[in-house]
Amino acid sequence: MRRRNVLPGLPLSLGVTLFYVGLIVVLPLAALAFKAASLGFEDYWRIVSSSRSMASYRVTVLSALGATTFNLFFGLALAWVITRYRFPGRRIVDAVVDLPFALPTAVAGIALTALFANSGWFGSVLEGFGIKVAYTPIGIMIAMCFTSLPFIVRTVQPVLEDLDPALEEAAQSLGGSDWTIFRKVILPLLAPALLAGVSLSFARCLGEFGAIIFIAGNQPMSTEITALLIFIRLEEYDYQAAAAIASVLLLAAFFMLAVTNWLQARALRYTVKG
Amino acid sequence: MKIHLENVVKTFESFQAVKGVSLDIESGELVALLGPSGSGKTTILRMVAGLEYADGGAIHFGDQDATDIPVRDRGVGFVFQHYALFPHMTVADNIAFGMKVSKVKRDRSAIESRVSDLLRLVRLEGLGDRFPAQISGGQRQRVALARALSVDPKVLLLDEPFGALDANVRRDLRRWLREIHSELGITTLFVTHDQEEALDLADRVVILKDGQIVQQGTPEEVCRDPKSAFVMKFLGDANVIAAQVRDGRAYVGGLSVEAAGVADGRGELYARPSDIDWSDEGPGIAATISRVLDRADGRRVLATTGAGEALEFDVEPERVVKAGEQGFVTLRRAKVFAV
Amino acid sequence: MSTVSTRRKPPRVGDAPLFRRSLIGIVFVLVAFVILAPLVIIGVEAFSKGWQLYRDTVVHPDTLHAVMLTVLAALIAVPINTVFGIAAAWAITKFDFRGKRFLLVVIEIPFSVSPIVAGVAYLFVYGLQGLFGPWLDAHDIKILFAVPGIIIASMFVTAPFVARELIPLMQAQGRDLEEASTSLGASGWRTFFSVTLPNVKWALLYGVILCNARVMGEFGAVSVVSGNIRGQTNTLPLHIELLYHDYNATGAFAAASILALIAVFTIIAKVALERQGAGRVSKTENPAEKTS
Repeated sequence: MRRRNVLPGLPLSLGVTLFYVGLIVVLPLAALAFKAASLGFEDYWRIVSSSRSMASYRVTVLSALGATTFNLFFGLALAWVITRYRFPGRRIVDAVVDLPFALPTAVAGIALTALFANSGWFGSVLEGFGIKVAYTPIGIMIAMCFTSLPFIVRTVQPVLEDLDPALEEAAQSLGGSDWTIFRKVILPLLAPALLAGVSLSFARCLGEFGAIIFIAGNQPMSTEITALLIFIRLEEYDYQAAAAIASVLLLAAFFMLAVTNWLQARALRYTVKG
Repeated sequence: MKIHLENVVKTFESFQAVKGVSLDIESGELVALLGPSGSGKTTILRMVAGLEYADGGAIHFGDQDATDIPVRDRGVGFVFQHYALFPHMTVADNIAFGMKVSKVKRDRSAIESRVSDLLRLVRLEGLGDRFPAQISGGQRQRVALARALSVDPKVLLLDEPFGALDANVRRDLRRWLREIHSELGITTLFVTHDQEEALDLADRVVILKDGQIVQQGTPEEVCRDPKSAFVMKFLGDANVIAAQVRDGRAYVGGLSVEAAGVADGRGELYARPSDIDWSDEGPGIAATISRVLDRADGRRVLATTGAGEALEFDVEPERVVKAGEQGFVTLRRAKVFAV
Repeated sequence: MSTVSTRRKPPRVGDAPLFRRSLIGIVFVLVAFVILAPLVIIGVEAFSKGWQLYRDTVVHPDTLHAVMLTVLAALIAVPINTVFGIAAAWAITKFDFRGKRFLLVVIEIPFSVSPIVAGVAYLFVYGLQGLFGPWLDAHDIKILFAVPGIIIASMFVTAPFVARELIPLMQAQGRDLEEASTSLGASGWRTFFSVTLPNVKWALLYGVILCNARVMGEFGAVSVVSGNIRGQTNTLPLHIELLYHDYNATGAFAAASILALIAVFTIIAKVALERQGAGRVSKTENPAEKTS
């Protein structure tokens, strides 16, 4: 069977792509996996299941869950307001949604710390209510909220824009109330995109570092995130422990990547023509 | 340029789109590849162009084996279904593109004068500065044709050339394409799923089904002598009536129709609506009128036979018929195929 | 689309005035508190001790060196990632081959992997305890804790940016235009530069700008591989951390204000490019379809 391509450039473009991906992405991750695997199961398990590691997973996952839940509602509301309503300042709101992506994480980190420190604009007010944010898990959550907000907005927004108005009109003509139509017609159509946004956002929270280390107290067992623990192990020249814990985050990332891809494939079911 | 396809095969993944097609197209001929979607007609066209490579078989242009010649060097003009006009270039730049990238260097004034010749040929003088988005669908179609002709192709290939246009524009362009073809005399192959288009335009029609040629010939040949029930049905409306075949004749109701070459046993009788006559008295196939449709060019009657078969036929507009009326159908012409 | 015409339309879901106003109100407040306040406080803090101190920090040799290094990293990493992104988009959208979906996923990996993990991974390739470390050391080539390490780590983090802007657009545009160009006798390069590139230029620029913003702001991966040597391997984000931990908060904010300014410019450029149709693939943006 003769198999050739009509357009030119496959060997060159695919060659460049595979070489680059191999060198820049696959090689280092493989090296990390190799290093972690070379530990032997017992050492590996001892490191990744130590109480300090476990505490770091706990605070990371719980904060990420909290931040993602908040962003689920806030992100959906933002996407809804931007696409469905016309009001002065709409374009500006639309534009600044990307600020958390554009602003370097370290910059966001010190800015959030300044806001939520005891003497800061928000920190001093919240302290009146007995709420401490900076140097507590709430601070971690807020930093995660900030950096991962755009994911949900930007995955839901295009789907909301492309939603066929005839669907709601049909539901209205059948006598559905707004809330019913939202729940039974709009939300199910948004769900795949919403879930994909949630999984992207959650993955980002799990790996976030720069924005968090400034605002978190970085106390072992309570406000130390997993990414920071890896960093600390490196500074202690404990490369094996760093490799082992990093491999846990890597596995979590792969898992979230798989979930996201699966959700996106599901989202396409509606749009791909048979 | 004569084109010769020899047992050409193409498979996508596991789907065999073209299953051994052999075809000869004479120099200067205008040939239509006609078939329903999935019949492999576009794949054949793209293989002739070099936009797909055949998995097996050979394609000859004249005496030359063109099977392995890449599209860039094959010397064909291809008009894409959605025209594929370069949206960032003006009409004139689109037409000039092929000459600009050609290995044969032309100076600027030569290109310009050729572009204006082509614009005149496709009757778009004065629109050279427009962008594709600024002209109508029919105009885009003509730009696509001018662009394809600009490289002096040996063969002109058109993929559903009028598919995206509305009926009136289609009819005009059809006539016009025929004129251009007789003016230039270029070997032309086009793909369509519209039998009217194929019959109106082509010197010869090649009918495809499931990746194989089922019949080919002049419009007259395929219309007057369809070789299979598929061709009969695909070329136009046909009434189907079950019949019994005995000794080369098919019998139904009180009628019998010539059925040479059809094996004895159950057969099917195919008749065009215009080949059916309606009368109040027998002999004939008893039927009841269910509905009468009035149209600009006549009166169409829907009826049901005693056996429950739906029939459609035309009567003179002056003829008074009503739903519920009973009568008899006779056949002026019919084709019989074994079931 | 004007407000006048919406007023005349029957209400859609969620158009009840009270609901609409409250939702807009809530979103405004949250946007102000969550997104805008951090931006504002950078400016406020940076100038809290006056213009003079701000100026001193910004023109300090260490800061200037960090700026230079950040720009250098961007000047090298962004073009390389652009070439990669174009090559990947061309291969993936213009051809069919086995493993294409898998390749797409691999290209997206850097988006999901923590920058810290990326940094650690590079240690095990180029570090002394890594694959090539001993060999590099023997030949006196420094990659880690030096500028090349910073650039490579930035390349990892931003590898998908250009590709992921181009791929959906080129996918939607299909192959008709390239096939038409080739059938008219154009070479591959000619087809790319005359036909493909003009139709994806805004998306390409969009990807480049996002890629650049991320390279300049990358912190986690770079902080692992840089070695944090003041005046030598400090990029701007690392320099901010250093100042901050030196209890020079005002200095840190002054340095941060440079990056915040870049972020604001990035967003302005992004909005401008979106008006040219970049950043989103919708059915109407398929030029082959547009002409049909």
